Amino acid sequence: MSTVAPTFLQSTLLVSNREITMRLRSKAFLISTGILLLAALASIVIGSVVSANAEPTKVAVQRSVINALPELRQFAVTDVDTRAEAEKLVRSGAVEAAIVSNSKVSKLGITVIGLSSPPSEVISAVSLAPDLQLLDTSKKNPLLTYLVALGFGLVFFMSAVTFGSTIAQSVVEEKSTRVVEILMSTIPVRTLLAGKVLGNSILAFAQITLIALLASVGLLVTGQSTLLGTLGPSIIWFIVFFTFGFILLAALFAAAASLVSRQEDMPSVTTPVTMLVMVPYVLVILFNDNPIVLGIMSYVPFSAPVGMPMRIFLGTAQWWEPLLSLVILLVSTAFVIVLGSRIYENSLLRMGGRVKLREALAR
Amino acid sequence: MLQVDSVTKAYGGRVALSDVSFGVGDGRITGFVGANGAGKTTTMRIILGVLSADSGTVRLGGAALTRDDRRIFGYMPEERGLYPKMKVAEQITYFGRLHGMTARDAAASTTSLLERLDLAARSNDTVDSLSLGNQQRAQIAAALVHKPEVLVLDEPFSGLDPLGVDSVLTVLREAASDGAPVLFSSHQLDLVERLCDDLVIIANGEIRASGSREQLRREHGHDRYELDVDGDLGWLREVPGVTVVDFDGGHALFETADASVAQSVLKRAVADGAVQRFAPQHPSLAQIFREVIQ
Repeated sequence: MSTVAPTFLQSTLLVSNREITMRLRSKAFLISTGILLLAALASIVIGSVVSANAEPTKVAVQRSVINALPELRQFAVTDVDTRAEAEKLVRSGAVEAAIVSNSKVSKLGITVIGLSSPPSEVISAVSLAPDLQLLDTSKKNPLLTYLVALGFGLVFFMSAVTFGSTIAQSVVEEKSTRVVEILMSTIPVRTLLAGKVLGNSILAFAQITLIALLASVGLLVTGQSTLLGTLGPSIIWFIVFFTFGFILLAALFAAAASLVSRQEDMPSVTTPVTMLVMVPYVLVILFNDNPIVLGIMSYVPFSAPVGMPMRIFLGTAQWWEPLLSLVILLVSTAFVIVLGSRIYENSLLRMGGRVKLREALAR
Repeated sequence: MLQVDSVTKAYGGRVALSDVSFGVGDGRITGFVGANGAGKTTTMRIILGVLSADSGTVRLGGAALTRDDRRIFGYMPEERGLYPKMKVAEQITYFGRLHGMTARDAAASTTSLLERLDLAARSNDTVDSLSLGNQQRAQIAAALVHKPEVLVLDEPFSGLDPLGVDSVLTVLREAASDGAPVLFSSHQLDLVERLCDDLVIIANGEIRASGSREQLRREHGHDRYELDVDGDLGWLREVPGVTVVDFDGGHALFETADASVAQSVLKRAVADGAVQRFAPQHPSLAQIFREVIQ
């Protein structure tokens, strides 16, 4: 025979290539990815379009005071001649507030008229603000912090679960269709596992990079480059952490799935792994303002992909912290791969019922 | 020459194979016969390295097999399986490439194999759209795509219609005439009898007999003779060295280890009257099998 023995890398690439090709051929996958990407883009575009198109507050202003007032450009101003006219407009709802002259009661010589509650926007526009100094300017807007936490958590959770179950399905498919025995007689089991993990990790990496790119482009197009500047570094770290974190999860998903031989038995073994993925998602949403919880999360391997970028965004991580956490993640990923491939190797030929974890780990 | 040497395997406490040894000669088609659970599949899995033996070795040309040597093996497992959503040709090519073929060689070999197996028209269909018989042919193509130099096939004929059986037979004979050792297992003893040069019989994890078909015939089971005459054959029971298997007036089926005894029986029958039929019968594989596994 004229063939040469393929190297570990060549076989791994062949397997991962097949995983990617078959996945890209699945319509369900393409559609769900398209929806996810559109949703990411839409949330940014719609958000900024809505805020840009917000109607300016309508205010009626008496002509006699209009020149005495500071800039009223943010309001849609209606000129009126008398106070009675202004009150009429406020009562009818045609304007939200009115500014009329009143030299007796106020230093400014004006009265602000509202309907039932004080029109705070107008009041602050015509008031003299005292000098303000904030001591802690690093504190981010809590709503923004929440949204960023939700974004990281959601993207991590969705991508990890999507590609984790893809790899689990692909493992069980090979067992349930029995094709696994031919594969095992052709290439080493390690190669098969490596190819699957690689193929799905590439897909997962491509997907979240695309989401990150779309989100960045969306922020730029809608003129929010300042926000992009603060978010940028944490997005890049998120991609790095996610990639290695996903390899760890993929090995776990593959090992768990190899314990069963039928698609319908799969949830019973992959649910514990899915739970692991859900923990960082829930924690980051509940505790995105708690430095202790975030600190711990940023070092625990499977929650680091969410925890560390969050701390980088908040500016609470020292420069060396992401590097240290990445090393911890890499070491645990290597450990899980060794463990996972042993489970995988020991379980592949056991058909029928569920293989016990203890048996799968035995030498 | 593929040689299995003192291979032993136990699952938990149950012994699946005990001291199994036999050889598969170059260019010889060897039938591997045994009841369900006798140890055929376990033996084949150990030959392919999918399972590891507790002790014993498998050699090819005298040297212990390595993973790399097994690349030139073509294997068809008892548990059939292909990727259901992959196209036939794409899938066969994929297996060729996993064995180390270049993309072009794998594609060329796939095309010619599918032609020979009458499956060319279905090349671009997914496997799950094929009939069972055609899936079986695709399976055979997957085992042969890399032009293996040793063939190990577990029940290659099960599920095939007579035409399918013929096309697989042709492919196996071609492989053997190119000098490949071919080992296959089957329950269909008549097929094994038609096809194989050598036989290995296994029962309860032990090899009960192995050797060429003729040799096994000589060692196990005796030649039988069928005799039809116009008169009565009652005297046959008294002839020394003869065992009567079946008797009905002028018809008898008898066994004797000595061909000259059969000839003297014939002479006496001719002397007694008209002989309608005298037919020596070689023992069938089914007979040998039953005798050996008892």
